Amino acid sequence: MRQERRRVAGAERVGPYTLLRIERGGLDAGVPGQFFMLEAPGRLLPRPMSVCLAITGELAFLIDPIGPGTRALCSLDAGDTLAVLGPLGNGFRLDVERPLLVGGGIGIAPLPYLSSALGGPPAVLGFRSDWHAQAAALVPNAEVCVEPRLVTELVDREASILACGPEPMLHAVRELAPAAQLAWEAPMACGYGACYGCAVEIDGALKRLCVEGPVLHAA
Amino acid sequence: MLLNASGCLDALTAPDVARSLDAFVTKTVTPLPRDGNVPVRIAETDAGMLNSIGLANPGIDRFLTRSLPQLGKLGMPIWVSVGGFAAEEYAEICSRLDDHAEVAAVEVNVSCPNVESPAESAAQIVASARLATRKPLWAKLSAAVPDITAVAHAAREAGADGLSLINTLRGLKLDERTLRPSLGPAIGGLSGPALKPVALAAVYACHRATGLPIVGMGGVQTGRDVLDFVAAGARHVALGTVLFSDPGAPARVRAELDAELTARGYANLDDAYAAAHAESLSIGTTSREKYLLK
Repeated sequence: MRQERRRVAGAERVGPYTLLRIERGGLDAGVPGQFFMLEAPGRLLPRPMSVCLAITGELAFLIDPIGPGTRALCSLDAGDTLAVLGPLGNGFRLDVERPLLVGGGIGIAPLPYLSSALGGPPAVLGFRSDWHAQAAALVPNAEVCVEPRLVTELVDREASILACGPEPMLHAVRELAPAAQLAWEAPMACGYGACYGCAVEIDGALKRLCVEGPVLHAA
Repeated sequence: MLLNASGCLDALTAPDVARSLDAFVTKTVTPLPRDGNVPVRIAETDAGMLNSIGLANPGIDRFLTRSLPQLGKLGMPIWVSVGGFAAEEYAEICSRLDDHAEVAAVEVNVSCPNVESPAESAAQIVASARLATRKPLWAKLSAAVPDITAVAHAAREAGADGLSLINTLRGLKLDERTLRPSLGPAIGGLSGPALKPVALAAVYACHRATGLPIVGMGGVQTGRDVLDFVAAGARHVALGTVLFSDPGAPARVRAELDAELTARGYANLDDAYAAAHAESLSIGTTSREKYLLK
């Protein structure tokens, strides 16, 4: 398990978010839903980010600047370098019929890569404002809603749902479609099973998201 | 010898990282399985991080049947960190570990900041554990006491073969937006670079007070940090938080340490051992001699 240093190829603003593109080199992009630990310059701990786009020669990550680490990542410029570790964790199962992607807010981050791996299936995306909803442009074939309308109103519960978003959204999706594949999120110090920090309680049991997730399948 | 701090590495999910150390220290094992504390369990702070994992572990039964045989296959010394909520619980685990050849040493964790402390003192726990095991026995102490040398001295009298210094210190972080505690259980254990001066002081003082072998830990990030701990009186040094941000830290730290030793003219790390305790008179004597010679 080795970190590698990579150069930033570029960074673009997408609504409130930043799409950070890094030179891929020999890095394996992994399965959609897997993530990388990205060094946050000047901070002690790296930050877990799922792969948003895996295009030729680059990996891109969609980042919401909500704290000191993500702000540091969003302020990187082309030519800067950072340490990366990955791909880590378990991604989405792709052998599904009639996939429907469901995303909420920054939770849409893994969906562009997932969409391309599944051949551009329909997607429903929810955002808290029109400004945030600019990120929907990254996901092909998407129907978008903005609060107070909720994405769960658009979900076809007969489809095979692959979802990522805030915890309340994931719980609501699971109520509608118990077989949904859900990508969860938790603060994470290491990303490779060392710190036990990323445990989330699912059905009364604590699971280490970096090892058993971040994509968890319905019980 | 370079180790990991207990709870900062899972050798079964990252065996290559474990093998890059000289010995692997397990996450603390308790008599019964524990899920650990409610999320959120970690938070970054300035110059450190807080954790409140709460001794999540499979319990001694499953540890012995499932984990230990697999750890044995790593082919490296395994130190088992032992926890409990009463002195007899520590003793029970120690006695059950005693016949397992894979276990190179036992570290009694008498200082977890994230669970209720046992009623007994560190010395009483060490004494109970001592009666239950023939393995080398290390006592992991907290620096959050009025005088850590008194605790260290009592641990030595109770039969500890060495000291692991130090455990995390209690800290609090508030969420930037809500001003509510970032961690689920509010308070957690502070680790990382913020801890280093505190840990170094504990190692320095306990080396003087007891002469026991010490595993120094607390904010070690670089080879220079390792050198500092050894100079303060640590025989061994453990990496903790740095493993989270850099799984390649053991190899990097060793390379940095070699460069530090060479640059300072030390033939090996033993030459730097307890260098901080060398008689400070030497410089004064030299200059006094210089004057006397005149």
